[in-house]
Amino acid sequence: MRTFIYFSIGILFGVVLFKSEVASWFRIYEMFQFDSFHMYGVIGSAVFCGALSLFLIKKFQLKSILDGEKIRIAPKQNVWKRYLFGGVLFGLGWALAGACPGPMFTLLGAGFLPVLLILFSALLGTYFYGVIRDKLPH
Amino acid sequence: MLNYFLQPWPWYIGGPLIALVLFLLVWTGKSFGMSSNLRTLCSAMGAGGKVPFFRFEWKRQSWNLAVAAGTIVGGFIASQFLSSTTAVALSTDTIEKLYVFGFTDAGQSFMPEYLFGADILSQPKSWLLLGMGGFLVGFGARYAGGCTSGHAISGLSNFQWPSLIAVIGFFIGGLFMNHFILPFLF
Repeated sequence: MRTFIYFSIGILFGVVLFKSEVASWFRIYEMFQFDSFHMYGVIGSAVFCGALSLFLIKKFQLKSILDGEKIRIAPKQNVWKRYLFGGVLFGLGWALAGACPGPMFTLLGAGFLPVLLILFSALLGTYFYGVIRDKLPH
Repeated sequence: MLNYFLQPWPWYIGGPLIALVLFLLVWTGKSFGMSSNLRTLCSAMGAGGKVPFFRFEWKRQSWNLAVAAGTIVGGFIASQFLSSTTAVALSTDTIEKLYVFGFTDAGQSFMPEYLFGADILSQPKSWLLLGMGGFLVGFGARYAGGCTSGHAISGLSNFQWPSLIAVIGFFIGGLFMNHFILPFLF
């Protein structure tokens, strides 16, 4: 049952990523060229509505709908290096492959099989991070 | 109405619906972060045997793999049944710039044929570019502790300043690739 719920949320996410064209390589290129408001509109309105919903969740101290536990949002580490350095590397890849982890899955379902190559090398990159993690500044 | 639904969705529909996904995941006691699945998949394939970073109870993350599986199915449903056109209505400036690169399908398709076409098997350069891009996305997302969903959407929505740093990093890297490296690659 739970798996089905998360699977359904995923379906919604996949449909939205495709229909709002966030998964399109072209849209990512266009965003970094500042040629269109589209991507900024999507991200901006998502953050606006997201902030509102997280605010309401906290204000009304909503409990998890599945197990009734108190909802807590994990804080991030109080450092900056890993976020900046990791962020820059991620951005380089994002602008090149034109796909971040969510859209990779969407595009796979939409039948763009070369995305398998991106997905496979993303797994490789993740693995490589795990290997050299202790040598990196965080 | 149906016709409108089958067209590409404008930003003011897409953005709030992504926020709805964030809300549903938080409301069910989880969090919104797609790149975590890459780490989970590494663990599931046995990477924990050699690398401590992948030694965790990955099965507790199976809910997120279910989200990822749904995302694949969502992409299939949207492209097969919910789209009267998959052409992306890009700005004319972008179409012209990409034309110079030789991307003649800009504005007419969802993805560039050059990188995502069926005959890419015979184009080692496209392989290399997609492979490099994917590697950087995977490495960078784990180094930064999140990707667009974890940092740009959920982190910023929660006013977490580390996420703001990560998003600034995304744009430093992205703008550099887009303006200073891509022109030399195509």
